[in-house]
Amino acid sequence: MTPLLQAEGVRKTFDLSGGWFGRQRRVFAVRGVDLELRPGETLALVGESGCGKSTLGQLMLALTALDAGEVCFKGEALPPPDSEAWRRLRRELQLVFQDTAGALDPRHAVGRQIREPLDIHGIGTGAERDARVMELLDAVGLRPDQAARFPHELSGGQLQRVVIARALTLEPAALVLDEPVAALDVSIRAQIVNLLVDLQRRFRLAYLFISHDLSLVRHIADRVAVMYLGRIVEEGPADAVFAAPAHPYTRALLASVPVADPDARGEVATIQGDLPSPLAPPEGCGFHPRCPFADARCRTELPEPRPQAPAHRVACHHAERLP
Amino acid sequence: MSPRHLVSKLLRAAFTLWLVVTFVFVVLRLTGDPAQQLLPDDIDAQTIAYYRALWGLDRPLWVQYVSYIQGLLQGDFGISFRNNEPAFDLVMQRVPKTLELMLTAFAVSLLIGIPCGIYAALHRDTAFDRTLMTAAVFGYSLPNFFLGILLILVFSLTLRWLPSSGSDTVWHLIMPVVAYGTAFAGQIARFARSAMLDVTGAAYMRTAQAKGASPARRVYLHALPNAAIPIVTIVGLKLGEIIGGAVITENVFAWPGVGRLLTTAVATRDLAVVQCIVILIAITMVIANVIVDIAYGWLDPRIRVGAASASR
Repeated sequence: MTPLLQAEGVRKTFDLSGGWFGRQRRVFAVRGVDLELRPGETLALVGESGCGKSTLGQLMLALTALDAGEVCFKGEALPPPDSEAWRRLRRELQLVFQDTAGALDPRHAVGRQIREPLDIHGIGTGAERDARVMELLDAVGLRPDQAARFPHELSGGQLQRVVIARALTLEPAALVLDEPVAALDVSIRAQIVNLLVDLQRRFRLAYLFISHDLSLVRHIADRVAVMYLGRIVEEGPADAVFAAPAHPYTRALLASVPVADPDARGEVATIQGDLPSPLAPPEGCGFHPRCPFADARCRTELPEPRPQAPAHRVACHHAERLP
Repeated sequence: MSPRHLVSKLLRAAFTLWLVVTFVFVVLRLTGDPAQQLLPDDIDAQTIAYYRALWGLDRPLWVQYVSYIQGLLQGDFGISFRNNEPAFDLVMQRVPKTLELMLTAFAVSLLIGIPCGIYAALHRDTAFDRTLMTAAVFGYSLPNFFLGILLILVFSLTLRWLPSSGSDTVWHLIMPVVAYGTAFAGQIARFARSAMLDVTGAAYMRTAQAKGASPARRVYLHALPNAAIPIVTIVGLKLGEIIGGAVITENVFAWPGVGRLLTTAVATRDLAVVQCIVILIAITMVIANVIVDIAYGWLDPRIRVGAASASR
């Protein structure tokens, strides 16, 4: 199957200004990522905060210009931001933020914000655009009269429905969902997740689902990519990754998920140490300072992703020898 | 704004005005006798007594106060001791000159300050941004009397390009406008920049980009309206100073406006004129505040809806 989105060797660094007197510093956010998103699938991108997953999400949408490598949509390289071709591409690629309230302009009624993409792209007549807004509100489970509301008049769950409706306005092929439910109450989370699953089936959407919530990922993902310090360390079918995690980091992540079973109570495994600073990533394998299996080779040589099983790739020198 | 809201605002404004009038009335009379200040030094005691009686200054302070307030309520601001004309007319003759200076200075400052601030924010941390913001701080820190004298030294005395005093031609307007407007433009530029930076980092700006909105649409439709509130606040505060803010500038350039009238009136204890000007300044402040309140409601749906639901 041709991938919808394909990233190859994608890199992105940010320069932090040091002000008048400080030295300029460089954040290595994404350090060479290969990844593909297929039509209609849910690919979960997991990792600790600061590992570069949100940046990667924005690079996949061409919302940020990349430094090196390439992202292709249906085989064609993404155009640079704010070009004409890029603007047309907005009809195919959309995103949903974690910061639900912030994602909506406080000065516009939500209906107008859902409609705005149609205005920008000049799709349909005024009446057709309004009808489309009503259709979308209905699809995400909101009432027609709520179109006239301002963002501050809606609850967190309702706002996230608006944000999702807004992302669907142009009938995109793929959505990047950046921690779409992390900021919501637990009681609302399930509703939004179910809505997302439902919409995916209905509109045949591909999701790049960025999350650090592994139990949620296990529930909805077809495939999982684990990111650590700007690189994908393990990637494969969700079942395979959860059943047989091959990278020490993936193992540690999975072990640190609390199990909701009173009989299985015990020590929750944790990863030693903190995430190294993306300002000065370690040499060799990024995980070696925290890895119990690291040896001299890990400290100097970057492990390339290797197939572990069909469609299951791991970037670890010792993947086969791990206990 | 709901009627009840408006009434309570007007009542508060009236109270403020009363406080200001009373304060000025008492302080001016405690700090010197107008008859002594206004009349020549070598005049005899009999004449002084005559004028004191003529102006009502021989009466007890509270009697003077009550009759002054009674006059005010009937729209009578008293008679200038100096010119023997109604104080209100004297002040009103000067208002157009002050407005000419201040409205020009406002327009120039806003037209320079706001675009500079926005541009600096959109090109954050570039050489342009840093240069501009350094210039803004410099302009803001420069006392306007100093800048005024500097301008006169350079453009009037040395280069002989511009007249140093008076208000007869457009050329007369240039230096006072620069002297007053430089600090204001600097202040506006800094406010506009930080207000823009606050909103350009907002998630809804990224949303607008994801929708495919052009950079211009993002700035004009989403960033500027949201950045407008802090800018409106500072402009509103300055608007309150439109009558009384140019005292120093008017004096440096001998601009025949309200500010210059105020300094002469204070020096000679021309009580009616001083009080009339102070009341005018206070009214301007109150009106500016009302305008800002209305602008808030128009700019921010949260405030608009809050006021509407409060009135129900």
